[in-house]
Amino acid sequence: MTTVVNVPPSLDDYSFDDVLRQLTAVSSDTKVLLDARHVRWASPFGLTALLTLAQTRAERPALAVPELEETASYWARAGFFRHAEELYELHGNYPKRAGGTDSNVLLEITSVAKSEDVHDVVGRIQQKAQLMLRELNLDAKATVGFAMTLSEICQNIVEHAGRGGWVMVQTYRWTKRLGRRVVVIAVADAGVGFRQSLESAPGKERSDRWDDAAALEDAVIRGVSRFRDPGRGQGLAGVRRYLGRWDGKLSVRSGTARIAIVPNWDDDVPLAEHLPPFPGAQVQVTIPERAPSQTSPHAPARTKR
Amino acid sequence: MMNHIDLSSVLRQTVACDLYSNLVTRPTGAAVRDQIERLLGDVRDRTLTVIDFSQVSMIDFSCADEVIAKLLLRYGTDNPPRDAYFLFRGVTEEHWEAIEAVLERRGLALVLERADGIHVVGTLSTEERRAWEMAQKLGRASLAELAEALEAAASDVAPALAQLQRRRLVMRVGDDYVVVGAYRV
Repeated sequence: MTTVVNVPPSLDDYSFDDVLRQLTAVSSDTKVLLDARHVRWASPFGLTALLTLAQTRAERPALAVPELEETASYWARAGFFRHAEELYELHGNYPKRAGGTDSNVLLEITSVAKSEDVHDVVGRIQQKAQLMLRELNLDAKATVGFAMTLSEICQNIVEHAGRGGWVMVQTYRWTKRLGRRVVVIAVADAGVGFRQSLESAPGKERSDRWDDAAALEDAVIRGVSRFRDPGRGQGLAGVRRYLGRWDGKLSVRSGTARIAIVPNWDDDVPLAEHLPPFPGAQVQVTIPERAPSQTSPHAPARTKR
Repeated sequence: MMNHIDLSSVLRQTVACDLYSNLVTRPTGAAVRDQIERLLGDVRDRTLTVIDFSQVSMIDFSCADEVIAKLLLRYGTDNPPRDAYFLFRGVTEEHWEAIEAVLERRGLALVLERADGIHVVGTLSTEERRAWEMAQKLGRASLAELAEALEAAASDVAPALAQLQRRRLVMRVGDDYVVVGAYRV
């Protein structure tokens, strides 16, 4: 028997939970068909999470591709089908070739499994990032931090996930929430997740409240790592500093919880618990276009005459 | 003896790829540090090694921890594997964020060579910083000379100098103290 799961028309980090909710009562060895025929738009999080979802199924799942030509074409340019062909039985028509590049896709969906992949991702993004950040009115100084952020988040897969994952970087106009352009990094894996990773730390003592949310708080807020080495855990701390400077948002989902460092322009909750379970870790970084009135965080403070 | 290590060359040897000049990831950092140690060889004499970032595009936190912090930790002890000192050259604003973060996290300090001279950066006590800056100003000075210049008792200055020496930020030349980078071995 095949269970049909409806993919929402707009697939992002919030609506992806609707997909997971439908799967909560479905065992992993049950055949599922993800019906994405009516999807009109998907964020980098949505696309990378769809690939990740396929990894969590014991039975190879099926995916009905978007019917809207424009959507399917975009998914192709984002590199989705190239990876999905290996993970899903694909139903419906979709472009077999990407048909050119999309200027908004700074990094098409790329698999990350080893250190060399991170070198590749960082090397590919650097030149494009400089141009893109300038378009978002961000200082040239933001470029290096952007590459560092990308590197550190991808390394979470290499260091902790125990299996490969995906990364994608894209810009788009975020009309609904912000009314400005944003650049988004999405990194997803179906590995061990934060809780299990921290539990593997030698001598790890569990507090009374130990769950996915507590693990995320430890890792993202307190910089705790499964390694005893005090030099560990700096990556996410550095990412937080960078995003604080550029008014960006960090959101990390793992297991049944999601933690977010929420800037003023967003109304997300800092911690969401009891979400439908999803293995591994899914990270999203959002950096908004800088309004012309905003000064660079590096600019010297103005003094009164 | 003086060594010059171009980190971008070491990186290319390490990742076996000519395309990238980014110091990213822990495994890369660990491999680069190993290579630096190999280049230091089995020299028993005192060495000053210039670690040159000039051709490195960027370094991330993880790699900075592996290359810089762990190198400094290994040598900043009472029993370092060699009598080696390090001077960091070509460090730009692009590299500094990651380097500063790891120095702060590990409580470390290093000597930077910039166009305007040499500087000590990172985590130092007030006494260490004052002693280092005075040693730099005087060029080469004995404990007594440094204490006099600092208007402090020698017994108060000596612990800071001992600590700076242990941290490989100053070296002893005979009975005198010289900041790393000011005196070429």
